[in-house]
Amino acid sequence: MPDIQAHVNDFVLKLKRRKIEGSQATARQTAELLRAVVSHQRLPYTNQALALLDAVRDVGEQLIAANPVELAVGNIVRRVLHIIREEDLTSVASAVDGLGLSTNSDDDDNFEHDDHPILSAAAVAATARSTLRAPSLQTLLEGLPESASAPRPSSSGGDSEGKSKSAERKKLKHDVIEAINELIQDIETCHEQISEQAVGLIHQNEVILTLGRSKTVKEFLFAANEKKRSFRVFIAEGAPRYQGHVLAKELVAKGLQTTVITDSAVFAMISRVNMVIVGAHAIMANGGVIAPVGINMVALAAQRHAVPFVVVAGTHKLCPLYPHNPEVLLNDLQCPSDLLDFGEFSDCMDFSTSGGSPLLHVVNPAFDFIPSKLVSLFVTDTGGHSPSYMYRLIADYYSTDDFVVERRIKS
Amino acid sequence: MIPPFRHSSVGRLPSHARIAVPGYMSPRRREGLQMPIGSYNSSENFLGMSPMLSPSSSQLNGSDLSEVAPSARLARSGSGKVASSFPGSTGEMMMVMAVKSGGNASAGISLRNASVVKTLPRVTEKDEETRTLSKNEGAKSGGKKKQTTTRAERRALQEAQRAAKEAGMENGKGNKPKASAGGGAPSISNKEKGVKPPQKVENLDTGTTSEKRIVRNTEKDRKKDIPQPQMQFDDKNRVEKAKKRAVVNKLEAKNRVELFRHLPQYEHGSQLPYLQEIFFHLDHIHPSVYKVGLQSLSWTISGGNARCKEMLLAFREAIVDYSTPPEKAFARDLTSKIGSYVSFLIECRPLSVSMGNAIRFLKNRIAKLQHDMPESEAKAQLISDIDHFIDEKIVIAGKVIVQHAVTKIKDGDVLLIYGYSSVVEMILLHAYEQGKQFRVVVVDSRPMLEGKILLRTLVTKGIRCTYTHINAISYIMHEVRCVFLGASSVLSNGTVYSRIGTASIAMVAHAFRVPVLICCETYKFHERVQLDSICSNELGDPDVIAKVSGKEDFNHLADWADHKNLQLLNLLYDATPSDYVSMIVTEHGMVPPTSVPVIVREYGKYQFLF
Repeated sequence: MPDIQAHVNDFVLKLKRRKIEGSQATARQTAELLRAVVSHQRLPYTNQALALLDAVRDVGEQLIAANPVELAVGNIVRRVLHIIREEDLTSVASAVDGLGLSTNSDDDDNFEHDDHPILSAAAVAATARSTLRAPSLQTLLEGLPESASAPRPSSSGGDSEGKSKSAERKKLKHDVIEAINELIQDIETCHEQISEQAVGLIHQNEVILTLGRSKTVKEFLFAANEKKRSFRVFIAEGAPRYQGHVLAKELVAKGLQTTVITDSAVFAMISRVNMVIVGAHAIMANGGVIAPVGINMVALAAQRHAVPFVVVAGTHKLCPLYPHNPEVLLNDLQCPSDLLDFGEFSDCMDFSTSGGSPLLHVVNPAFDFIPSKLVSLFVTDTGGHSPSYMYRLIADYYSTDDFVVERRIKS
Repeated sequence: MIPPFRHSSVGRLPSHARIAVPGYMSPRRREGLQMPIGSYNSSENFLGMSPMLSPSSSQLNGSDLSEVAPSARLARSGSGKVASSFPGSTGEMMMVMAVKSGGNASAGISLRNASVVKTLPRVTEKDEETRTLSKNEGAKSGGKKKQTTTRAERRALQEAQRAAKEAGMENGKGNKPKASAGGGAPSISNKEKGVKPPQKVENLDTGTTSEKRIVRNTEKDRKKDIPQPQMQFDDKNRVEKAKKRAVVNKLEAKNRVELFRHLPQYEHGSQLPYLQEIFFHLDHIHPSVYKVGLQSLSWTISGGNARCKEMLLAFREAIVDYSTPPEKAFARDLTSKIGSYVSFLIECRPLSVSMGNAIRFLKNRIAKLQHDMPESEAKAQLISDIDHFIDEKIVIAGKVIVQHAVTKIKDGDVLLIYGYSSVVEMILLHAYEQGKQFRVVVVDSRPMLEGKILLRTLVTKGIRCTYTHINAISYIMHEVRCVFLGASSVLSNGTVYSRIGTASIAMVAHAFRVPVLICCETYKFHERVQLDSICSNELGDPDVIAKVSGKEDFNHLADWADHKNLQLLNLLYDATPSDYVSMIVTEHGMVPPTSVPVIVREYGKYQFLF
């Protein structure tokens, strides 16, 4: 599929050049691209899921390598892989269901459909026990035999098997694409779902602190404002991008009392704050948060003053990986000219220093890592969770087989 | 600390507390109190009645009265009932009643405002006089409790005179209008005060004022121990008085942050040109003092040591040029002159703690001069005192601190410093001269970006530096071995009062288990205590927050003043809790934060004796 490869290359370039701003946009575009990949994929007669998985994993690997710091890409790739696996399992279950019918008809009568519910339920239960549940030892040992093992008992019903298989093939792709559409829908509407919970967390005359600008936080505060909660907001400007200014403008336009403070004033002001609400770049499996730089300082100050620290994020930001040395490995160092203009210090610097290492090194990291013990609450589109629960959500959205997105060496 | 206008607001505080008590009155009064105080009108107020009067005065000045009036009348009738329902009582009950009907009376008075306004010209000199009368009576009765009547009489006389001066003020009759039926000049009230036996109702009304007076007297006794409270800028009366005395014309800032109403917030753009205009008219300000004021205002000099030194040198010049006017005593006149210089400097920019301590030292030295000393000798003595102070407390102390701190720097160290501190700069340069191999991380923050100054010095010297902004300290802190910070002052509960952002640095260092060393001379220590950064601080120009240097087209907040919901807050200082500080390096050695009150007590006394 040359045209799809062109699309993939385009997207990879965009990721490499950091042209896409924000996890939500990245997630959505990744999902759309993978949907295109799935729909263009020509599936073989058997083991279709495997083919799909391979194709997606192939593309996913390229995408993740293009921007490893943008964890949303990897999240969506793994989500799609999980979707494929799940759809495969459910279609297998329904195939078994149909085959169960045929076995039933073999035993009794071909045209008696009354017993279908009962027997099919039993058959489904049986298959569920063996396939749809978390991988049993047998399935683990045998690799990917779900789609192979289930139809075994149905070998007798040859005709119906063939029919169901072809139906199944079309169905798998169709189901996967539908599920990916649902995923895209979820990504786009995550803000509404999160904002619905705002009223339950913000009371009257509250004082809220935030840093920088997060769209999720903005929608969250708007929703509370809409429900006529009166509160005031302190916004730390969020060097070096100063997006706090933009957020201040937006909040004031809605009539909220806003005060813009410098980042250095966070510790001074937090004693008068009731709640800190921030957005996140990514949520790691242990409940740690990758957030815009400066938020760790806010989290520590909030802990000192016993102020609840709330992180709002959509589930597409939930990453199944555990962070190791995240300040360095999951960080992006950006252009130093944000802090010091090029040439600003050239008059006083002696460039002939020995050793070759620079005399003046300007550090401009983009992200901060916040350990899970500093976070009081995660507000996601599936509801509010404590940090210790986040690992459990991973099981809902990801399969353990997909945590490492690397092409399997074909043995 | 510069003694502020030690005024009745000290005594006013108890009345604040008392007003809240009366139950059914409070909602009404509370709503009155919450009337937005729009601008600072010259509203008259009495000692006892000011808190309630101020909202009323704002009512007078144009807000909606109609809704207040009917409720006012209802309340008034209610108040009358209450007053009458408590006939006799013990002393304690009287206090309670005092509270209650103090409240009632005041409510009645505030209500009266409405009625007064509605029927304008009835000037109510009668009312005014009755009020003073009732106050006097209360004063007298209060006086009987704890102090001599004579002082109360004198006070009452003063108050009466003050009351007479204010025109068109709202006041109310006491709960016993009959008592006031005499009418007439305030002078009568004095007599009547002596005549009338204290009635419980009057007691209630003015018990508050007398108690305030009592509180004030004992406050006087204890004033040596408790540091003076600073100028309360949320108190309209005092601000008014300050304005009248002011040299520099100041416009209030727009969009003030509510939390900081007690601190001065002024338009910054207008002051400098105004000062330049009036330069040749400022006869009573010595030119060198004027220069220091101008430098402070324009932030040409900043930092505790620099400002203090410049100020003392300016005072030195002023003393050299000083000659006693005829008929005046040297010490007293010089003290008042210094006082006027200090007021001028305060108007340019609020004093730092170091400057405050230096001024206290100088005034102390002037007071300790022998009366019969000839003028030239006295001047020479003072000049040498000032020189001695600068030398010993600032210059040599700095050198000793450097000696101590340099022992804490070892080869291979990575040191983190924040902003610009003169002492820390000296430490680093000295360590580099000693040949130690170390790296420096310079952390900077908006809006002052003072770290760039230090960075330039270090890079010119050839010290290896890393430069970053305050948000990135969590990223860089794992590389750092030790943090060196300067301070504007260290307070008696161990809190370090320093440039804004210091507390965040200390907090993150503490979280990463990095030791924090504060380098501070002892003359900057102060006996006051502070818990957070809000009660006492300095507010800078909010416009610099809206402008981002290096991003000229980034002007989302350029029109911030037009939105009444939007405020910009430019805090200059913050208070670092003592548990984040590992050690304070002073010229007396390296001490833990808990030793600060000991140093203040031991060496504070000592430094005035030489």
